[in-house]
Amino acid sequence: MAQLAPVAYDSKIEGNIIFTRLDAAMNWMRKNSLWPMPMGLACCAIELMASASARFDIARFGSEVMRFSPRQSDVMIVAGTVTYKMALAVKRIWDQMPEPKWCIAMGACASSGGMYRSYSVLQGIDHLVPVDIYISGCPPRPEALLEGLMRLQRKIEKEHSFLDQKRALFDEVSA
Amino acid sequence: MSHSPKAAISALESKFKVLEKKEFRGETTLTVDPKAIAEIASHAKTELGFDMLLDIAGVDQFGVDPRFELVYELYSTTKGEWLRLKIQVSEDAMEVPTVSKVWPTADWHEREAYDMYGLRFAGHPDLRRILMWEGYPFFPLRKDFPLGGKPSEMPDVAFSDAAPLQGGPFVTQPGQATTKDREPRARGE
Repeated sequence: MAQLAPVAYDSKIEGNIIFTRLDAAMNWMRKNSLWPMPMGLACCAIELMASASARFDIARFGSEVMRFSPRQSDVMIVAGTVTYKMALAVKRIWDQMPEPKWCIAMGACASSGGMYRSYSVLQGIDHLVPVDIYISGCPPRPEALLEGLMRLQRKIEKEHSFLDQKRALFDEVSA
Repeated sequence: MSHSPKAAISALESKFKVLEKKEFRGETTLTVDPKAIAEIASHAKTELGFDMLLDIAGVDQFGVDPRFELVYELYSTTKGEWLRLKIQVSEDAMEVPTVSKVWPTADWHEREAYDMYGLRFAGHPDLRRILMWEGYPFFPLRKDFPLGGKPSEMPDVAFSDAAPLQGGPFVTQPGQATTKDREPRARGE
């Protein structure tokens, strides 16, 4: 009985190879494991904790690893009222986070100072750090935070950091 | 039900100079001499059983002389009695004796009064700001301080800026009118 000789075809290898752009692959990896730095400063932090626990389960979006070290985190979730006394500490933690990094301003206070038109409250964390996503609400429900996280993921999908890096390199060489 | 400690009040009145005595809904307020407050506090704690200091509150009666008031809320855990002591501090004095030697909890309450009003407490062990940062140039709970704050800058320590009030503060008027009429966008509008 004639038996087919094995050809150079391995279905296991076939399943493990994908063709894509480097940027797309990097964005895919980045957006699906966004480790948050939980900057819980007020009641928004309670909702942040709720979104991390079983009912809302932020782990479904790859963000369950709350890092209390800024050096291990990707996205800072500013959840709460930023007082002037706290503001520079928030900035310092933001500076300690390695690139690439993103920032979510969770709730009215972090976005704009909220109801605290006051001598003691910074009128929005965007005075100090660049904010990617603003979430409205006082405090926002966990669903709103998850929606904000998904929007951040969509934003990351559109980034082309490798392409930019390559372009910068070419510019540098040609200059 | 009255919680006013009649015996303690008459004991204080006979031993110290009480400038004013006020009764309202079973609560008694004694206005006393600011210089004697530490002595009175010590007597109230050791002799009259007011073993707990609930709070020290500062008041700014802007435009009135003396301008500042300090309100001491005393409580006796054994008898269940309340007593309120009040002293008046003029802008020239601005310093009163500390009661933190009598009730250790007064330490932070007095620091807060210092932070917010600029009242100093003679003999306080550690009179620093408690809520604002060391070096903040204003006393924000004074009535002549704007609600939105003032700009200040301390490099690497802290900074502050005036908050946009958008024509506020917004004040609700009492009465039967609808919310729309009772809450104008801004005062005077």
